[in-house]
Amino acid sequence: MMPVLDVSDLRVAFPGVDAVRGISLRVERGQTHCVVGESGCGKSVTSLAIMGLLKSNASRSAEYVRLGGEDILRLPERRMRALRGSRLAMIFQEPMTSLNPAYTIGSQMTEVYRRHRGASRRDAVERATALLGRVGVSAADMRLGQYPHELSGGLRQRVMIAMALMCEPELLIADEPTTALDVTVQAQILSLLCSLQKDSGLAILFITHDLGIVARIADRVSVMYAGEIVESGPASAIFSRPMHPYTRGLLACIPVPGRRKRREPLPSIPGVVPRITPGFAGCGFRDRCALASAACDDGIPEQAAEVDHHYRCQLVPQDAARSVS
Amino acid sequence: MSLETRPDAIAIEVSNVTRTFALARSASGDARTLRAVDGVSLRVRAGEVLGIVGESGCGKSTLARLILGSLPPNAGHILVEGCDLRTLDRRARARLIQPVFQDPYSSLNPAHRVRDIVRLPLAAQGDMAKRAQTNAVAEVLERVGLSVAIGDRYPAELSGGQRQRVAIARALVLKPRIVVCDEPTSALDVSVQAQVLNLLAQLQRELGLTLIFISHNLGVVDHIASRVAVMYLGRIVELAPADALFETPRHPYTRVLLSSVLTPEAGKGIPEIALGDGYPDPSNIPRGCRFHPRCPAAIDACSTIEPTEALAGDHLVECLLAEAGEHRSATHSRLHRAAAASHVATAP
Repeated sequence: MMPVLDVSDLRVAFPGVDAVRGISLRVERGQTHCVVGESGCGKSVTSLAIMGLLKSNASRSAEYVRLGGEDILRLPERRMRALRGSRLAMIFQEPMTSLNPAYTIGSQMTEVYRRHRGASRRDAVERATALLGRVGVSAADMRLGQYPHELSGGLRQRVMIAMALMCEPELLIADEPTTALDVTVQAQILSLLCSLQKDSGLAILFITHDLGIVARIADRVSVMYAGEIVESGPASAIFSRPMHPYTRGLLACIPVPGRRKRREPLPSIPGVVPRITPGFAGCGFRDRCALASAACDDGIPEQAAEVDHHYRCQLVPQDAARSVS
Repeated sequence: MSLETRPDAIAIEVSNVTRTFALARSASGDARTLRAVDGVSLRVRAGEVLGIVGESGCGKSTLARLILGSLPPNAGHILVEGCDLRTLDRRARARLIQPVFQDPYSSLNPAHRVRDIVRLPLAAQGDMAKRAQTNAVAEVLERVGLSVAIGDRYPAELSGGQRQRVAIARALVLKPRIVVCDEPTSALDVSVQAQVLNLLAQLQRELGLTLIFISHNLGVVDHIASRVAVMYLGRIVELAPADALFETPRHPYTRVLLSSVLTPEAGKGIPEIALGDGYPDPSNIPRGCRFHPRCPAAIDACSTIEPTEALAGDHLVECLLAEAGEHRSATHSRLHRAAAASHVATAP
């Protein structure tokens, strides 16, 4: 089956910084592909590059970026605008960045539908009401007349999800949509997204720094570091058999309640994320990696740990799997 | 600067403290009050790490500011090392207790070099020679794992982890006995968070600090705290040694909170959160038990009777069900069902 999103060799550079360095990923219908990494790894830039929303000082290139088989990389802005909000929708960490404080929820939700679908006001209101109900907002009629500031953070996030779904998109890009929320609300929002996906076959590209979320919602995982995908595979493989020293290190340093060892320091990854300037060569992680050797200064091969599970490191699978970072 | 601390010495005593904030009048013209901290009592032992957890709006940061003395209570009193902070001047207070905040991007003055930021508390005391100040700054920078050369830099030139180390150095430079950390690692990446947590734990041990550690992240609190308080709508609803709280939580809210933590385990799916639609609103605290509208285990009595603190050993819980001998009252069928439900919610 043709993937909903198929990205090959995407590169994004800002003046003096290579933010995304040749990443490829696919999202299948009805699946969630999580891109996970720490701040500055290029995960948000990746999502903005796919949406065609990069700032003007960025340069973007790729072999292709296909949405439902159609290359959208070279579409003129006018046609991209028609895609965004209809076939391609995005939600962000802070709902207030996508909700206009000066307009009611109802007018913002219906505008999307009327503009893209040419629907009547009445049909748009009907759809908005139904969707708000679907995302668990009670008293939807009343909410439509409210302004964003009148809603709690969890409600705003639900409204933003409903708004993103107004035109039945094929792909939803979610960039840290629950990071600003309390843990109980986060679980509710994630479970909502999963059930909406089950109903509609929506493909989700989910960007996050939180491996706990990834473990619970991802079908596929891509771990990003310094602008590259350093490991990718099915979620079960990434969590049970992580290969890349960065993935292994990241998993080790998460404190899990009820599993602490008293007085023992948490494993951590020394150092900081490097700034990747043009001409950078070798492994981006080598300065922080306990297993680095001279070989890490050269081009790094992509190796297969198993079918469909790849990592970018010079360690052969047996050594990578044995390493304790 | 090792400190002699008697094992049961009380570093902080919070007695029946309330802090409210006046809100803008509602559309109907009624005066509205936000009860951020509502009759909280708490004893923090010298040399312990007390974790405070809770969701946004539960009052944990207000409690921190009350303890720091940067906000006066409306009622009740707070003794820090036996002193009422309101009787101390700012200099004396600063020598006793220091804060570390969440966001090292906004808590460090961007126009000052690191060494001036760290030296400011010493300079403000006005009783130390410049050279001694410089030495103290170098010493504390080293203690938090920063090179002295970092002292010449500006905050904008540092990473998030380095900035938080600077904030910790500034808090420690006066050698306070108590440090209050409000979400100190929440703005950091997980690999850096581990470094900062390890540093705080190490400093606490080496210096015999009393540490109050506020966070919404239960994993982080479990890692560092010896006792944990759970706050909900301005009250401490459960307080217990960390092991007991995480292994045998007794308040239904604590159970929900624990069940909502997403541990990095693939294939476990997303937990069902049995909290209903309601959202806690500190300007409109429910009658009876303040958690009852959202509580999966609530019985009728919870909507009318306000629970009081029940203490079993060193495990404090504020819940009618706990007062009634927890979930053993088989005669009450609803209570029984609820117990079964909350059991599901906390299944590992």
